[in-house]
Amino acid sequence: MTEPGAAAQPLLEVRDLIVQHGQLRALNGISLRMSAGEVYAIIGANGAGKSTLLRTIAGLHAPTAGSVFFDGQDVTALRPERRARQGIVLVPEGRRLFGSLTVEENLNVGATYARSGSWTIERVYDMFDWMRNRRSQRTAQLSGGEQQAVAIGRALVANPRLLLLDELSLGLAPVVIQRIYGMLPQILATGLSVLLVEQDVSQALRVATHIHCLLEGRTTLEGKPGAVTAEQVEAAYFGLAGAARSTQLGEGSEP
Amino acid sequence: MAWVNAIIQGVLTGGLYALFACGLSLMFGVMKVVNLAHGDLAVVAGYVGIGVIAVTHVPVLWSFLIVVPVMAALGYVLQRTIIQSALDRSVLTTLLVTFGLSIVIENGLLQFFTANSRSIGADLALVRDSFSLGSQIQIGYLVVVIFATAVIVLLGLQYFLSASRYGRLIRASADDPEAAQLAGADYRHVFGVAAAIAFGTVALAGMAYGMYSQLQPTTGTDTILLFAFAAVVIGGLGSLWGTLLGGVVLGVAQQIGAQINISDEVLAGYLVFLAVLVLRPQGLTARRAQ
Repeated sequence: MTEPGAAAQPLLEVRDLIVQHGQLRALNGISLRMSAGEVYAIIGANGAGKSTLLRTIAGLHAPTAGSVFFDGQDVTALRPERRARQGIVLVPEGRRLFGSLTVEENLNVGATYARSGSWTIERVYDMFDWMRNRRSQRTAQLSGGEQQAVAIGRALVANPRLLLLDELSLGLAPVVIQRIYGMLPQILATGLSVLLVEQDVSQALRVATHIHCLLEGRTTLEGKPGAVTAEQVEAAYFGLAGAARSTQLGEGSEP
Repeated sequence: MAWVNAIIQGVLTGGLYALFACGLSLMFGVMKVVNLAHGDLAVVAGYVGIGVIAVTHVPVLWSFLIVVPVMAALGYVLQRTIIQSALDRSVLTTLLVTFGLSIVIENGLLQFFTANSRSIGADLALVRDSFSLGSQIQIGYLVVVIFATAVIVLLGLQYFLSASRYGRLIRASADDPEAAQLAGADYRHVFGVAAAIAFGTVALAGMAYGMYSQLQPTTGTDTILLFAFAAVVIGGLGSLWGTLLGGVVLGVAQQIGAQINISDEVLAGYLVFLAVLVLRPQGLTARRAQ
């Protein structure tokens, strides 16, 4: 109540999320809160559960326990297409474009159930200027970076409130990654919030307003990029003995 | 002149085969479901038509207005229930489920309607009459109408899929159902609509065959399904244009076979089918996606 920021309702709140993949417990009691306008980065090594977390927030995995609140509303039981129409839109790992459709058709599919908002196909063409001339090409003919741009465009034209980005940099050349992350300020300027998963920690630290490190399905570190040291991040990322127990800021750790 | 006649008759009969194959091709192209009950469902549509005509005494052509929507609704329901739940397990399971459905339907029809053959609208001028081209070629009005219907249905479907908003959604869901969900589309509903369209064409095929020839409970598997498969394979999987071409090639092959020896009619069709499988397994037209 004292700070207006703390009293404001979080845009997304995840409470004690547990997700099983068969015998494997992929997420083991994950909680997070993010406010509107944030760039919230989930970091962690391979198999830490980052993508599972994003996919569960998008509705593609059903959690065994825990809940997901979006704008104060419990969306845990909603199917992925309902969440997408409410404004939670995922750019999935590996782009997942519609391969037999053209660039423009991919964008049109993204816009089919769009909320009202400022993003249009024209605006996506303005942001990625090469796209307009190649709109009638099939996406299978595009390079990896171009496909990623189309995948982002397809998500943006739905006018999401929360954009989930899963491993944007996967399989892309560094210069292409820089170009794509360079678009982030333009995207944020339109008032949407971004929750991203990134394996490249330095990239995540550069763009994020909040970082959250996972290791084997548990939270090992959480905080503002400026408030954590490189050593803390390293320890949390690799799970080095002792340091990884609980470096969560503001929470007492057991001896 | 006899050869010209064989080719003309073959092309026109090919329209009927393309109509058989249309629903099979669509179900496979969108849902990757090989519907082994396809032919039996066409026979069901024919029996529904016979029932509707017998009970309500509507003219034959009016009965289409009832049969097609009824079959489309059945398609939606079957897709949303047993076919989707089979798909959720594996594509292979859909083969078992539709095979089971085929057996159930066939035996159900035998039980309730006996093995007698039935036809639709045998006393209609459209069905009985023909016109002559020159002195030796007689063409039935019915096959011309069926051929035109097949062309209109396949053209219309192709246009719907490539140019309409919902058609785009169907293609997107066929490519990647999960990604379609992320774009806000309920792919199960989209698949249901695609199945409804496919079953609508199945209804046309069953009614057309009932008018062209005769329906028995076993017609579905021993004629309609087999010819539909042959047409789809000859034309190329998943391509609607290919399906029309496949139907026509099958029809012409059969008529030419019959011209050589009347008992070789069906055999000639299957020889072409076999030749395509061996020499050009992707079918005469390449696949749409790629």
